[in-house]
Amino acid sequence: MSASIPQTFAQKALARAAGLPSVEIGQVVDARPDVVLSHDNTAAIRQIWRQFGQEKVVIPERMAVTMDHAVPAPTTRHAQNHAEIRRFAQEQGIRNLFEVGRGICHQVLSEEALVLPGWTILGSDSHTPHFGWLGAFGAGIGRSETATLWATGELWLRVPESMRIELTGDLPAGVTAKDFALRIIGDLGADGGLYRSVEFHGAGIQALSLASRMVLPNMMAEFGAKNAYIAPDDATVDYLLAGLHRRLEREGATEFCANGQCISLTGDPVTVDEELRALIRAGALFPDEGAPYAETHCYHAADLEPYVACPHTVDQVVPVSQLSGVQVQQAFLGTCTNGRLEDLAAAADVVRGRKIASGTRFLVIPASSLVLQDALRAGYIETLLEAGAVLGTPGCGPCMGNHMGIPAPGEVTISSANRNFRGRMGTPDAEIYLASPAVVAASAVCGVIAGPGDL
Amino acid sequence: MTQSGRAWKYGDNVNTDVIFPGKYTYTLRERDEIAAHALEDLDPTFVANVQPGDVIVAGINWGCGSSREQAATCLVYNGVGAVIAESISRIFYRNALNNGLLAIVCPEAARAIQPGDKVAIDLAASEIRFSAGTFRFPPFSPSIMGIVDAGGLVPYVQCKLAAQATAYGDGVR
Repeated sequence: MSASIPQTFAQKALARAAGLPSVEIGQVVDARPDVVLSHDNTAAIRQIWRQFGQEKVVIPERMAVTMDHAVPAPTTRHAQNHAEIRRFAQEQGIRNLFEVGRGICHQVLSEEALVLPGWTILGSDSHTPHFGWLGAFGAGIGRSETATLWATGELWLRVPESMRIELTGDLPAGVTAKDFALRIIGDLGADGGLYRSVEFHGAGIQALSLASRMVLPNMMAEFGAKNAYIAPDDATVDYLLAGLHRRLEREGATEFCANGQCISLTGDPVTVDEELRALIRAGALFPDEGAPYAETHCYHAADLEPYVACPHTVDQVVPVSQLSGVQVQQAFLGTCTNGRLEDLAAAADVVRGRKIASGTRFLVIPASSLVLQDALRAGYIETLLEAGAVLGTPGCGPCMGNHMGIPAPGEVTISSANRNFRGRMGTPDAEIYLASPAVVAASAVCGVIAGPGDL
Repeated sequence: MTQSGRAWKYGDNVNTDVIFPGKYTYTLRERDEIAAHALEDLDPTFVANVQPGDVIVAGINWGCGSSREQAATCLVYNGVGAVIAESISRIFYRNALNNGLLAIVCPEAARAIQPGDKVAIDLAASEIRFSAGTFRFPPFSPSIMGIVDAGGLVPYVQCKLAAQATAYGDGVR
């Protein structure tokens, strides 16, 4: 294919991952991801990997392992699982092992700048499209595939068709990226982006904070997408630079090598920062003007409002204003979708000077230890606790029904998470509604599903 | 290769949480215990009544949600031979084929097949046959057939690694 034919982000990213000059849509390539993510499932993946008869994994430096899905261990069996993961990381020399309480994989790998623009990350976690927020190609894979990557460093991927979603204008007050994601999924269905690479474009996207940008690719897992993409900009680069410094200082590194270059970290700090920024930018990939999109959907920010996804699928979306009198026994703020500092800030703003409704529990679980520290310093945690919230260890919390806030049969939870499937939080007889942090907090105060404007 | 079995029919957007609940994903690792929870929150009659070779037939977006591979293996461990759906979520699709479970996208057949129908799948002809007729589906690519023929991704990669080791050994000699 001639280089002059316009290409999508997915084409460029998978060409890079496969070491090819260019690839066509539909082509199957052997991709060598820059990062391979696994979490509490790492011990189970090890069990599969052992069938390959290797003593050592071939890509220890490309692996990142977090303990986040059931932390701190709720049962002895979960604790044994974690112990097995620690032993495995030790024996394989996996440096990027993140302990209980550090946070949720997607948040932690972002904070640690372990994924850079243009890179490919494959993860045994369905929300791996998350890394599209920084312009990386992230896709979820299964356990056998992750074991295969540990053993061979590569995996077949088909180059997906792309969908373009444009947002113009600034979001109205009280309307968030979560609302935009829910609106898209509500409009086009839970399979609306099935197998697509979903690219977000437009001034409305670049106007979003980084924390808000993270919500969109993350939620595209609920849209059926293979991956998602937001173009990296100066704000993205600065965020990753801060993360790199944090990590490299902890590691005592004297140089950083990536994207085919090595930067010495011992020189003048201003110069080093400029070199690191240039290195991060060097990998960034942008789709070409005129690239082929299977579909394009345009939204005006001014037309959006706060939405709620009703049980039991993420595409059962209605404006919060249309729900009245839905009583909630539990409100849950957290997860890889909406457990960041700006989410805790939005909730703190709503509950400040108010009390959680009698008969309603309000669980707050920051997405990472850094989020928790920042929220403590900013006073958000104090505000939330004064209102009656309960604070949990950074991690996935009750999102997939392991522990730390499982609803009773017959109870209703309003959650800032990404899935409301029947049984998701443990019992098939509970209902889960999904919404933005502000709606979750307002509902906690009211005891019924409510928007911040209802207070 | 032809296989046949009875159809278990389900609806649209059946997600991995009802196929294999998340609360079991980090504790259960043995075949029998994984098999015992298949479709637990979708169809409590399934495990007791499923027969080897039976086929799951579903609407759009079967297997959406989590990447958990047990959503596929819990069916394999119960002897399910194939999933035929109007569409299949991409991670489930990969997990299924990677465990030797046929994942077939064929909207016409998925709509026409009724619960309990005896369904035959002819891979060589890329056909699904049952009482109401014969439906063709797009043939699997050679790379996918390689994985299916090997019995899944793990045996496929085992062969590949063994071949590489042999080639390397020859070079050294």
